[in-house]
Amino acid sequence: MSIETPEKTAPAPPRAPRSGGAGEQDALRAFLRRVPWRSVAIVVPFLAVFVALSIGSPAFLSAQNIGNVLDRQSGILIIAAAATLVLIAGGIDLSVGATYMFTAVVCGTIIVRVGGETGAALGIIVGILAGLVIGLINGIISTYLKINPLIATLAMSFIILGATKLVSQFGKEGVGQIRVDVPEFRWLALLKPLGVSLPTWIAFIVLIVLGVVLWRTTFGRYVYAAGGNAEAARLAGIRVNVVRIATFAIAGTAAGLAGVIDLARTPSVPENDAIATTLTFTVLAGIVVGGTSILGGAGAVWRTVLGILFIAMLYNGFTLLRIDPLFQGIALGVIILVAVGFDAWSRTRRR
Amino acid sequence: MPHTAIADTPQLRVELRGVGKSFGGTPVLRDIDLVLEPGSVHALVGENGAGKSTLSKIISGLYTADRGQLVVDGEREHFTSPREALDRGIATIAQELALVPELTVAENVFLGREPRTAGWIDRKKLKREFLEVAARSGFDLDPDQVVGGMRTADQQKVEILRALARGASLIIMDEPTAALARHDAELLHDVVRQLAASGRTVLLISHFLGEVLALADTVTILRDGRHIRTAPAADETEATLIEGMLGRTLSSIFPDKPVVADDAPEVLRVSDLVAPGVNGVSLSVKAGEIVGLAGLVGAGRSEIAHAIYGSVPRASGIVAIDGANCPADIPRTLKKGIFLISESRKEQGLVLGRPIRDNVTLSNMGQIASGGWVRTGDERRASRGLLDRVTVAGDDRRDVSALSGGNQQKVLFGRALQKVRKLLIADEPTRGVDVGSRRAIYDLIVQQAEQGIGVLVISSDVEEVLGLAHRVLVVRGGRIVAELEGDAMTEENIITAAFADPITTGGAA
Repeated sequence: MSIETPEKTAPAPPRAPRSGGAGEQDALRAFLRRVPWRSVAIVVPFLAVFVALSIGSPAFLSAQNIGNVLDRQSGILIIAAAATLVLIAGGIDLSVGATYMFTAVVCGTIIVRVGGETGAALGIIVGILAGLVIGLINGIISTYLKINPLIATLAMSFIILGATKLVSQFGKEGVGQIRVDVPEFRWLALLKPLGVSLPTWIAFIVLIVLGVVLWRTTFGRYVYAAGGNAEAARLAGIRVNVVRIATFAIAGTAAGLAGVIDLARTPSVPENDAIATTLTFTVLAGIVVGGTSILGGAGAVWRTVLGILFIAMLYNGFTLLRIDPLFQGIALGVIILVAVGFDAWSRTRRR
Repeated sequence: MPHTAIADTPQLRVELRGVGKSFGGTPVLRDIDLVLEPGSVHALVGENGAGKSTLSKIISGLYTADRGQLVVDGEREHFTSPREALDRGIATIAQELALVPELTVAENVFLGREPRTAGWIDRKKLKREFLEVAARSGFDLDPDQVVGGMRTADQQKVEILRALARGASLIIMDEPTAALARHDAELLHDVVRQLAASGRTVLLISHFLGEVLALADTVTILRDGRHIRTAPAADETEATLIEGMLGRTLSSIFPDKPVVADDAPEVLRVSDLVAPGVNGVSLSVKAGEIVGLAGLVGAGRSEIAHAIYGSVPRASGIVAIDGANCPADIPRTLKKGIFLISESRKEQGLVLGRPIRDNVTLSNMGQIASGGWVRTGDERRASRGLLDRVTVAGDDRRDVSALSGGNQQKVLFGRALQKVRKLLIADEPTRGVDVGSRRAIYDLIVQQAEQGIGVLVISSDVEEVLGLAHRVLVVRGGRIVAELEGDAMTEENIITAAFADPITTGGAA
């Protein structure tokens, strides 16, 4: 019995050449079909920009510059890796930026109020737990309460930002920002085991863990199935809602961890909603540029890492090459459109 | 371009001469010679992958032939798009209909080519032109009805009218009745006959051999991209067609029914089950017994299956496996040994963007993982083992969407094999499946029964129900209205029960 069904697997070339070189054309087409376009679409541009910047700016490929970029991106990498799971499972989380800001404020307020090593330890733990709780709430309202996750997490982000202002009143001395410039807490950002900053190490570990979870665990398989075809997954015996809630909880926890780490780096919380919003959008941009499907069911953590670093590298390049930062937003927008367009094209290619 | 040009006797003679086509170096059509005579119904049969669709797509302009010629009314044609073929009078009615559900019948028929006055759609003229086209084709459709609520057979009529309004003289129909209930299928058969009687040509691609023999004037058999023969339908029988398609004889499509011991225990007992679309159903299945659920589409057969499986909430009633109550919760139902292969494998069965391997092991992760950690070696072996049992060859890391319909269905059976210990529910197991794979699927069903598993088979194909089941339950209005066994299991009895007037025999809810 024939297994291959050329009728189905073959590409549909509506405008095939009329004559000449049919064999070559076929071979080329077969080759084009085998190329994993989704991976090419992020790996090639990433390497190209990396090489171009290395040549164009001697400052780029220095240990200090790379180290700085990674240190500054550690928080966003952690959030983006976790948000990738949410997206693959068929959800979306627009509240990660707000959660990040909220947990930083909670952590900072506790440190200011309690003080000392107890305050620092309590701040870190409660900050991360606050992220977990928000993630669980996001998950529950977008599954059991059947509110579309886009709307649910958008609404949640307004609520969280409001709550952030409420909490921050307790952490401020006078009119300034919450400042936590105390050694009991700042070690989190200042330690440099093996010459690499602790935030970079934490990000590295989180990325590996999340990547492996998605790649090699039962839960990872269920995440792909829940996003790829929720009804089929449900009928196959998978508790789709539980899987989705878990992804939201992971994303919330990651936002909490990132909020705490970045607070230790800065070490103050600027009260600015725009920072939260920009973070959320940059996270989504990185995920999409990396090639994870916005529709769910397909993607990977390594893609998101490349996507986020690609954007970071681009911004870094703009600075190093002294290009007006005005163009950063425009460049990023164009890149997102190209990435998503390319993805759509590669999908039709495989049909 | 003619606006609503319907010539009085629109006839088109389409001819293929030595046509060949390859994809990626693999020839899918070799040296095909074929003449489609005007005013006839010409059927194209063959297994999945035999080249039927490719051939029809060359005629309809979606593909271009690598070799050979396409001759329309004596002129060589090179269609580079379906548009060009349509302008020449060749239209395709696809399996998935391309109608706008929110628009009316008339609006759909003239979609994109509405008669306009100063930029506004002229509704009166639209209706007038519609009635003109409808009258000439003999279709009785309300121009103002919204398409979304219509039955599929009527929607197909709309699609056909659209083709006719554009002056189509050769109409290609790819599996037009695959999604239709028997009654609707018969309505569509009348439509096909009308089209041929009006001088148009119909190229019919169908897996239903009975339909092919009843409708077609001429039948062409393809196998592995080769033209086996073209003969008058009157000279063919189902057996000769199958022999031509497979290249070997198939003693019977259906395997022998396994013997059910008289004292075989009941595996499933359903009492007074009420759920959405299910209005008080009681039934039982014995170990090793195959029970058929027959009835019209929408009668409540799939609803009964889902209520038993626990994928919808139950209002009342009891589902018991081996005498033990079974709650309406899928993971727990699975543990009890029930598995449902649902009606629509693309929407409810497979995760199309994932590999075959992940799909076949999806319900069996416990066996290939310890503590949530997937053991890839075991995963590979488990997948291969299951796929071998359901006869799906090839690399299981390919996306499952790369497989043919029959093989996709087998992957779902593979998933079921390890889980099903008591009861297998198979809802339309052979829909859109080619003849060769169909036999393989029947064999799988019978194998399960032989191992003492109870099987509930739902099918709109009455022959299939009769050929497989020991006992047939006929469903109408969410109730079981007849139980047929032994000599009472006839096509006539099933149809009679399925269509019986609900007021006189059904009783009030």
